[in-house]
Amino acid sequence: MSELDLYISLFITFFKIGLFGFGGGYAMLSLIQHDVVETHNWISVADFTDIVAISQSTPGPIAFNTATYIGYTATGSIWGSAICTIAVSLPSLIIMITISKFFFMFRDNKYVEMAMQGLKITVLGLIGAAALLLMNKQNFVDYKSYIIFAIAFIATFKFKMDPILMIIAAGIAGYLLY
Amino acid sequence: MASYWQIFISFFKIGSFTLGGGYAMIPLIQQEVVDKKGWLKESEFVEMMAIAQSAPGPIALNTAIFVGYKARGVKGVIFSSLGTILPSFIVILLIAIIFTDFKNNPGVERVFKGIRPAVVALIAAPLYKMGKSAGVSRKTIIFPVIAALLVWQLNLSPIYIIIAAILGGLLYGKITHKF
Repeated sequence: MSELDLYISLFITFFKIGLFGFGGGYAMLSLIQHDVVETHNWISVADFTDIVAISQSTPGPIAFNTATYIGYTATGSIWGSAICTIAVSLPSLIIMITISKFFFMFRDNKYVEMAMQGLKITVLGLIGAAALLLMNKQNFVDYKSYIIFAIAFIATFKFKMDPILMIIAAGIAGYLLY
Repeated sequence: MASYWQIFISFFKIGSFTLGGGYAMIPLIQQEVVDKKGWLKESEFVEMMAIAQSAPGPIALNTAIFVGYKARGVKGVIFSSLGTILPSFIVILLIAIIFTDFKNNPGVERVFKGIRPAVVALIAAPLYKMGKSAGVSRKTIIFPVIAALLVWQLNLSPIYIIIAAILGGLLYGKITHKF
């Protein structure tokens, strides 16, 4: 693939992610994973999981973070980062400027409301799919991985532990256990 | 009137402190654009949040675009968006440059071996609560389950799921409300 083709393919992929990225952060993960990991093989599942972890502990939305990171690693250039970050932001820019212009038409629109009702429920499935896709052999290397998963799940679900603290604790556990 | 520089600085601040992203930053944005700067009224802010959440793309960016447009039109949007994007762009670019060298260090690999399963737990754990607040019932739970299976097992692109969800919502509304 020529360098221009790579840039075009990155642009189209991240534009699509921005355009169909409904439901925020985690809901976009399966979309990013499908295109970036499965279709284009720009990074491995383990690297993708690392980006999600890094994303949890650095400023900014996961979609931006992934775009900036993959833009750099796929091209080896800052321009790759810039192109991907612009591509993922463009759909929001176009759609939100239009909405801001016609704010009152979108407010209380029953069609928008109905479509959102369908999305709200289905997006949960996409988040579930993201979790299931990441539960593979690269991320779960042995029984210790399942113990870490179970403890992290309970700490988040029952005790609402802060995600950054959780990642730090899991990192320390990994360093000691492996 | 808000200066472009003020808009940029406010959103740069918001962009710098949105660790973990999403809903954690809503109070921070509200404080900055409603209480401190007065670019939006309280009621406008609440309505805007509903729209920023329904539109595709990160909520932080959608909010920045709306506020930038309200304050200074399309030029305001350029400054508010740049302010939101730049902090994460700089941080992640530095990490990408440094991390690629670090990654093969055995100590770093051990740390990430522990982190990876925890990340999966972080993604899965909020599902139950989100399902409750989205109003998922025993009848409707089949939809997210089918969606998850199609993406997970059959490698279907989530784009089709999203399109189907929008059409399904409209169809359901048409049948039940007869508009």
